[in-house]
Amino acid sequence: MQSLFVRWISRAVALLSSLLLLVALPAQAQLSIEITGAGANRIPIAIVPFPGEAALPPGITSIIRADLERSGLFRGLEVPPLMPQPTEASNVDYAEWRSRLADALVLGSVAARPDGRYEVRFRLFDVVKQTPLGGVAYTLAKDQARATAHRIADYVYEKLTGVRGVFSTRIAYVVKRANRYELQIADSDGADEETALASLEPIISPAWAPNGKRLAYVSFENKKPVVYVHSLLDGKRHVVANFKGSNSAPAWSPDGAKLAVSLSRDNGSQIYLINPDGSGVRRLTYSSAIDTEPFFSPDGQFIYFTSDRGGSPQIYRMPASGGDAQRITFDGTYNVSPRVSPDGKSLAYIARNSEGKFQVALLDLTTQQVQILTDSDRDESPSFAPNGRMILYATVIDGRGVLSAVSIDGRVKQRLTVNAGDVREPAWGPFIQ
Amino acid sequence: MRVILIAALLAVLAGCASAPMSQEQPPAGVEDRSPGAGGVQSQGVEGRGVTGVDLTGRKSAGMSLLTDPSSILSKRSIYYDFDKFDVKDEYKPMIEAHAAYLRDHPEAKVLIQGNTDERGSREYNVALGQRRADGVKKLLLLLGAKEDQVEAVSLGEEKPKAQGSSEEAYAQNRRCDILYKGEY
Repeated sequence: MQSLFVRWISRAVALLSSLLLLVALPAQAQLSIEITGAGANRIPIAIVPFPGEAALPPGITSIIRADLERSGLFRGLEVPPLMPQPTEASNVDYAEWRSRLADALVLGSVAARPDGRYEVRFRLFDVVKQTPLGGVAYTLAKDQARATAHRIADYVYEKLTGVRGVFSTRIAYVVKRANRYELQIADSDGADEETALASLEPIISPAWAPNGKRLAYVSFENKKPVVYVHSLLDGKRHVVANFKGSNSAPAWSPDGAKLAVSLSRDNGSQIYLINPDGSGVRRLTYSSAIDTEPFFSPDGQFIYFTSDRGGSPQIYRMPASGGDAQRITFDGTYNVSPRVSPDGKSLAYIARNSEGKFQVALLDLTTQQVQILTDSDRDESPSFAPNGRMILYATVIDGRGVLSAVSIDGRVKQRLTVNAGDVREPAWGPFIQ
Repeated sequence: MRVILIAALLAVLAGCASAPMSQEQPPAGVEDRSPGAGGVQSQGVEGRGVTGVDLTGRKSAGMSLLTDPSSILSKRSIYYDFDKFDVKDEYKPMIEAHAAYLRDHPEAKVLIQGNTDERGSREYNVALGQRRADGVKKLLLLLGAKEDQVEAVSLGEEKPKAQGSSEEAYAQNRRCDILYKGEY
């Protein structure tokens, strides 16, 4: 087992508004990420420290390398000190890098500008084909160093794998510590977490608006489940659904214009559409069973949901405007929490096996093949990365709530933990626009 | 500016703090399916700031009623077998007593909170807890309570009475609680 801990002690106090400072949220707990499984063939890549990056702690190249290695698809090579230090403008001795067993090479530099900002330049090279693959120059403020490193990692990842990177994206999750619940937002590497909501009552089911600026979630602060929409930038939140009974399981339509929710206002948990401002509520299902956990297909045409209308909880699919539902899962007696992949071709969900273990399952919607991706036994709340390559989920390890991520082929595995607390209810945010 | 923001926050919190039994949200408008209706406002976002909201300083509502231990009305919990939601006979006299109290006190209101054990999906457990609470509500109404006196809600697996992952803890947590207005 390869073990790599990524821990950053950066705080983003400056990013929090005066409002937050006055309500004085206590110190945060960092998410730690441990890689517990990697891809079979990792691309060996040499990322040469950028001359001048000491001005941007903790450094650009260490973050790029950690990002790429965390994906399970790359292996960062140790690079001895080189004199003179190469930059993106240097001539590349491909034979030398090949002898160091690098398939790819990143060179770059950091320069301070007269206006107090910095310029970061880099270039990516294919060492095997002996050709440059491109590069970018960024102008940034000092506090944008981490974001810039993530962007470079995204660039390298996409050039070398053909898939868009997710290192610049964010994740939401709930931390429970003693009787306190915090809805937190962090970078995809667990760094720079910020608390969007702190409460003494449970918070569940965060769901990112497609534009990444708002979260819908369920809060129990009024002693019952109520659906809220929360604007991350200014902290403004409003009730979307607080009808008699329970209000739960929000899911955004892909255009962000509607939420699907589960309401019990007309007896029993049924699925409704509602506008994000709480208007325009419209019932979609009319069963005498439980209908909950709606999730839109990425084309907005269908809603997948959990129902026990057939006697056990299974996943069904109906047109997004309502109508006849079609059963999707058949194996086993407990299949819940459907999440469609961003390309619409597969469905992640939680399946209970014959031993009573709850595990992440992936159904190919074309071939109907089901693959169990995990070997844990208390998995919950799967959430696809926006590029569809990883699934983030909650599980319990040694009695503690942790987040884990698994690649869709089941090979790459990560675990995200916090000190002295339970983490649960993950939601991977959209690509940054 | 800061004062205005704080005032706005307090107003939001005050709004949130209204009792759950209060009337439903205002009547919804006519269904509008045009894309973007009530939808996302796109505004420039600088940086990646997140503004926090803190609810942990809120006090829960105080006074409690109907708590004389010698009265059957002080009994408030109904327990369930695994994966079941029917009310066992042993709880019928207690529910009858609460229905009689509600009949005799038309101003009294109760909240029935359904709970589940921790196994399985949190959202599915919200629905399961709701089914249990709905069952108790139905009994109360059959026995003479009025619809506007009873709200059935679910806490799912989120508020376990007993911690841990033992069958004993699970049995404690498969439960409905009856709370009178003022107790929640």
